[in-house]
Amino acid sequence: MSVPKDAGWKDVPKAGRILEPGCADKYETGGWRTYRPVHIEENCINCLFCWIYCPDQAILVEDGKFKGIDYAYCKGCGICAKECPGKRGNKALKMVLDEEA
Amino acid sequence: MSIRVGKTGNEAVAEAMRQINPDVVAAYPITPQTEIVQIFSSFVANGKVDTEFVTVESEHSAMSATVGASAAGARAMTATSANGLAFMWEVVYIAAAMRLPIVMPVVNRALSGPLNIHCDHSDTMGARDSGWIQIFSENAQEAYDNAIQALRIAENSNVLLPVMVTMDGFIISHAMEVMEILEDEKVREFIGEYVPENPLLDVDNPVTIGPIDLQDWNFEHKRQQAEAMRNAKPVILEVAKDYAKLTGREYGLFEEYRMEDAEVAVVVLGSTAGTAKAVVDELRADGVRAGLLKIRVFRPFPAEEIAEALKDVKAVAVMDRSDSFNAVGGPVFGDVRSALYDVENGPRIVDYIYGIGGRDVTPDHIRTVYADLAKIADTGQVENLLTYLGVRE
Repeated sequence: MSVPKDAGWKDVPKAGRILEPGCADKYETGGWRTYRPVHIEENCINCLFCWIYCPDQAILVEDGKFKGIDYAYCKGCGICAKECPGKRGNKALKMVLDEEA
Repeated sequence: MSIRVGKTGNEAVAEAMRQINPDVVAAYPITPQTEIVQIFSSFVANGKVDTEFVTVESEHSAMSATVGASAAGARAMTATSANGLAFMWEVVYIAAAMRLPIVMPVVNRALSGPLNIHCDHSDTMGARDSGWIQIFSENAQEAYDNAIQALRIAENSNVLLPVMVTMDGFIISHAMEVMEILEDEKVREFIGEYVPENPLLDVDNPVTIGPIDLQDWNFEHKRQQAEAMRNAKPVILEVAKDYAKLTGREYGLFEEYRMEDAEVAVVVLGSTAGTAKAVVDELRADGVRAGLLKIRVFRPFPAEEIAEALKDVKAVAVMDRSDSFNAVGGPVFGDVRSALYDVENGPRIVDYIYGIGGRDVTPDHIRTVYADLAKIADTGQVENLLTYLGVRE
């Protein structure tokens, strides 16, 4: 169930009820981020720790390899960057101020 | 054929609950409500009902368990008084906001402190903005009738709000009177099978109830809640009409007693209406054009209807059995006076705060109120906007 952008109080389920399971992907939750992770490809060993640790579903993976970051769901928590082992001590994910990225 | 019985208010409401046979009752004892759940628990123990009775450790848990049961899809009830209601407070608001049709008898008792167990309306008046429908009862018969009607009102799909059914502590709850009860099957037929909306236990249609609701949609959900309270007014009247067909007893949003051509009128809730009606009869016999308006439904507040009923009266006294401590007057006064604001050349209106902490109100007290009103009607002058009736000066 997605709520149309122009919906009013008469159009939505009462009391904030969510009438469908698994609908979090229809609700963009990345809007209140302060920092965002930025990927540095030459330091990435595709260990996918970032994908494992991301509490949402913001790390995109294709064919077993890091593909990108879905900023619509990234809240800037920084766990991916913290867990990233990088290559020879150089991290493949670093957090930068959202407006400077 | 209804059955004539002698019952106290508490016994009458416990009997209504037996006939309603709710799926879940979660309750905690508090004077003067204790008997309701104590009698009901004996119905549970004796297999007279199918109810899951949850003996919680506090009223906060009583209302929380009732909310949980209702969200799960159960017909859920509880009951309380005074400080028990106060202890439920945060969950009382949540029950209304989650749109759960819980019915809760509340036996009116003064909210501490100083510590007191006797009747006034400070407990439910404090909850008047909690989003619950509030129905007041004059006697045990009305408490019984209101409890049964409350189910149909709460569960109406245009309403889906919880309902408090009140009666005056001790004065009604512990006094025995002759009343009529319905046969069990008639009550069950009247309230019907409960079909919950979005129950959590419907595992084939999983839903989330009560998620966080911030700046983006909270306002819209509160707007829906406000509309549900507006929708309740016609539903209360429809249910009353159906109930009258069954019992011959007619209920409205309020009762007008000898209001035809009345020049002076008292607005009152609960058991004091009985005392005041006797005084009205006396005054009418003496040729005084006295009337009485007894508010049954305080939430939703029938503002337009009350304004219409009082527009031709010269002087009105509101009887408040609690104080708002706003340095103006009681809560009923505020609402009634506001309802009359747009009436052109409307009545003068004054407030009497009375019966606090169970202080007796006698026909003599009511006579002084009507005497004051006669003077106001005569002169058009209000000397005392607010009187503390029966306090020792």
